[in-house]
Amino acid sequence: MRGIQKNLEQLNAEGIRPVAISVDPPDASRNLVQQQGYTFPFLADPNVEAIKRYDLVHAGAGEGGHDIARPAEFLLDSTGTVRWVHLTENYWVRARPEQVLDVGRLLK
Amino acid sequence: MNVRRVNWPLWLGFLLSVVTFFSYFAVFVWYPVTRDFPWANLLLFVVAAVLLFMGVRRAFASDRRGSKIVATIVTTLGLVVIGFFLFAFFIGGRWLPPSKGAPQVGQKAPDFTLSDSNGKAVSLNELLSTPINGKAPKGVLLVFYRGYW
Repeated sequence: MRGIQKNLEQLNAEGIRPVAISVDPPDASRNLVQQQGYTFPFLADPNVEAIKRYDLVHAGAGEGGHDIARPAEFLLDSTGTVRWVHLTENYWVRARPEQVLDVGRLLK
Repeated sequence: MNVRRVNWPLWLGFLLSVVTFFSYFAVFVWYPVTRDFPWANLLLFVVAAVLLFMGVRRAFASDRRGSKIVATIVTTLGLVVIGFFLFAFFIGGRWLPPSKGAPQVGQKAPDFTLSDSNGKAVSLNELLSTPINGKAPKGVLLVFYRGYW
C-alpha cells in the first residue's frame, strides 16, 4: 500500500486508479487511511462478497478464524477486462508498483 | 565476575538472532529488495549462528558445567528464533488458497459494489468511469489485501 501511495501520482498520470479491497470495515479503513495518509479508495468487503466472486477467499486465515482475502492484484482496462493478474505464491512477496506501471503504459 | 569469562559470542549471537527476527518486520519489509527475498535477514542469521557456535565451543572448552548448560540453552533458543523465521517465511508464507477461479487475463472482471472508508457505496463501474484529474481513466488496479482489522 505504501508503494502504491508513493507511486500514486505516476499511476494517476497513466490514467490508472488503484483501489484497495479487504474485509476491514469502513471505520477501520478510515483510521488506516488517516494514519498512513493514503489518498486512494479503500473498499470494505466484510462479508467476502467480492472476494468470493474473485475466488480469493483465504478461509479462516483472519483474526478469530474469519475468512479474509489472500493478497492479489488485478489491472483492468477501461472496459473492465482483466489485463494483468498477480496472484502471489508467497504471502510476503507482493507486486511492485513498477510492474503495474509497465503494464499500465500499454493500456489505451 | 571477570569480564573475560563472559561468553560474549554466545550472548551476541543470541541478541543478533532476536534483533534480526524483528528487523524484517520493522525495517526490511518496507523495501521490496529485502522484503521479497529476505537476504539481509539470512546474512544476519548466518552471522548469529556462527557467533552461537563460537559461544558453544568456548563454553565447552571451559571446565565449568554451568556455562555449558547456559550455552546449550541460549544456542537452542537462538536457533529456534532463526528456525521460526525461516519457517514463517518460506513455508507459512506459501499457505495460500490456489484461487483457480480468479479472473484471468482477457476475462471480464466481476462487478461489485462495496462501501469506501466513508461508508459511501462504490461500484466497479463507477471506479472505471469516474475521471482521474479530469480525464477518463485508462484502467483500475484492484489490490486485494488481508486487512489489518
